[in-house]
Amino acid sequence: MAAVTLENVRKTYTGNVEAVRGVSLTIPNGSFTVLLGPSGCGKSTLLRMIAGLETITAGTCAIGDRIVNDIEPAERDIAMVFQNYALYPHMSVYDNMAYGLRNRRTPKDEIERRVAEAAKLLGIEEFLARKPRALSGGQRQRVAMGRAIVRDPQVFLFDEPLSNLDAKLRVSMRLEIRRLHNRLKATSIFVTHDQVEAMTLADQVVVMNGGQIEQVGAPTDVYRRPASKFVATFIGSPPMNLLPGKIVAPGQIEAGGGALAYDADAFDARVGAGVDIGIRAEDIVVGASGGMPFVHEFVEELGATRVIHGTVAGHPLEFVTPAAAELAAGNSLRVSAASPAAVHVFDPATGRSLRR
Amino acid sequence: MEKRAIFGGWLVPYLLLVPQMVVVLFFFYWPAVQTVWQSFLLEDAFGLRTDFVWFDNYKDLASREYLQTIGRTVVFSTCVTVLSLSIALLLAIQADKSIKGAGVYKTLLIWPYAVAPAVAGVLWLFMFQPSLGVVARAMRNLGIPWNPMLNGNHALLLVILASVWKQISYNFLFFLAGLQAIPRAVHEAAAIDGASRTRRFWTVTFPLLAPTGFFLLTVNIVYAFFDTFGIIDAMTGGGPSKATETLVYSVFFQGRLGGNLGASAAQSVALMVIIVALTAVQFRFIERKVTY
Ligand SMILES: Nc1ncnc2c1ncn2[C@@H]1O[C@H](COP(=O)(O)OP(=O)(O)O)[C@@H](O)[C@H]1O
Ligand SMILES: [Mg+2]
Repeated sequence: MAAVTLENVRKTYTGNVEAVRGVSLTIPNGSFTVLLGPSGCGKSTLLRMIAGLETITAGTCAIGDRIVNDIEPAERDIAMVFQNYALYPHMSVYDNMAYGLRNRRTPKDEIERRVAEAAKLLGIEEFLARKPRALSGGQRQRVAMGRAIVRDPQVFLFDEPLSNLDAKLRVSMRLEIRRLHNRLKATSIFVTHDQVEAMTLADQVVVMNGGQIEQVGAPTDVYRRPASKFVATFIGSPPMNLLPGKIVAPGQIEAGGGALAYDADAFDARVGAGVDIGIRAEDIVVGASGGMPFVHEFVEELGATRVIHGTVAGHPLEFVTPAAAELAAGNSLRVSAASPAAVHVFDPATGRSLRR
Repeated sequence: MEKRAIFGGWLVPYLLLVPQMVVVLFFFYWPAVQTVWQSFLLEDAFGLRTDFVWFDNYKDLASREYLQTIGRTVVFSTCVTVLSLSIALLLAIQADKSIKGAGVYKTLLIWPYAVAPAVAGVLWLFMFQPSLGVVARAMRNLGIPWNPMLNGNHALLLVILASVWKQISYNFLFFLAGLQAIPRAVHEAAAIDGASRTRRFWTVTFPLLAPTGFFLLTVNIVYAFFDTFGIIDAMTGGGPSKATETLVYSVFFQGRLGGNLGASAAQSVALMVIIVALTAVQFRFIERKVTY
């Protein structure tokens, strides 16, 4: 097991496509790090550079204390699980898992022992003699993971391994991957565009946008203290509400036709400055006097909770209430933040959080 | 899942089969039956009498001359098949690798397929004709003895090369399609799994290409046995002194030029049996090993 260190890594594809624009990141030994971002933001490219499947245009990538920029994938001591499984279609499940060990001239009994162990761990013992085409999607995914596990590599790389599975299977495989990590404790880097996957799996979430890192932190960190408007809206469902506002006094903001209190110690904002404020849907309360007048549009029933959609001063706003709560009818509703700590303040020009 | 149309009654399905059956009957079975019938007949030299001679025509098949033709055909077909398959595979691997200019490369390689066999033969003859051909003159200048008009081995080599050249495009297309059907991630997984380039080729690419290769093997053997007729006819006419006469050319020679329809028909039947047997063997023993 080893840490992975990226320093100022860049990737420019032929045709001047800048897929990764200067990423510096440390993935601690034994951590489960998730690269999260919208499609096309360069997550796969970054992962493939760590794997050695793409050349690194600039910067360095180190696994452990060895810089691997010019080292072949085979010599990096990594294993990768691909989105489409990438199993060898002409080999049995056993041979698929044994292939990497045979290439490394592992003794035969050692191969047998390791494959049996991994197959047991993943519950695929009964399929060892089958060809991949005789397996379901979930079973193939397990074989792909088995192929990685038997190698006992320094680092596991996953490129959206769950996105080809149906919703239910995805949830159970997700838990299984986490359980596996708790057991094997191997450094893992997992790419996904699904924020729920990221939140549930990660020790460390790396939010990426446009080839750059927006924020690195624990799942609760990126959720509770988003470093930018992008992170605030990308993570969380429904996304964080954003409204333009103005600082009228230390700790006081005017927004959406009402007044809100924020934590003046936490944010570095000048009095008189225009800002963007963000409030999570579950941090909005109804009925406080002096709040923002809310124009109700429709209700989304989710069972345990409901999401109320509407506008304040023409800006869309959503909030969550318990299903049992009754809303006063009509347009006379006023909404506000549950506490000053629930209000996030962003620089409207850069989109960065003004948090000190 | 299967998509099936369900027809009521039994008449409609049979009616729908009729046109196809008629075509097969008239253009395949009828001539085949005719050939078999003909192989039992002997016409006299003036075409006045035809006698039923049972297996007399087949007895000639055991002649030394005919056995030599079989041997020659085996050598010719093996060379054509092995060379055209392996050269096409090499070219396809190169085309699969390259990104820039792959389109141009592919188009250029496909051209020979559009050339008619006889024209291909004439083209190659032009290049290798001892007194006029560009290549032949170059060879003479280099001191390499070359005369396909008189030397049987030279002639055989020449028709083999021309036949290989003609078939490469076809094989290339299929091999390239087969290579491109292998997902890139499978190669990448093998690279991460520590397989060297050569090992990757033999343990991943080659087995995955095997079904394509098997199909092409069958097609190429049939090509070498039958479709090379035009090339041979245009280039050497089977000569010098039968050095380039293959089984199919012998059928033609006996029947058309020699006027010996009975012998020609008997050889035809023998050729048919050989090809059916070869194909059956291939399907029985090789196909089982190459499907996955
Ligand atoms: N082989 C390639 N050649 C050129 N551009 C590429 C290549 N692979 C990816 N890109 C581009 O690089 C950007 C990032 O791609 P990728 O890393 O696959 O994104 P993600 O995995 O986050 O969806 C995209 O704009 C994509 O079009
Ligand atoms: Mg991707």
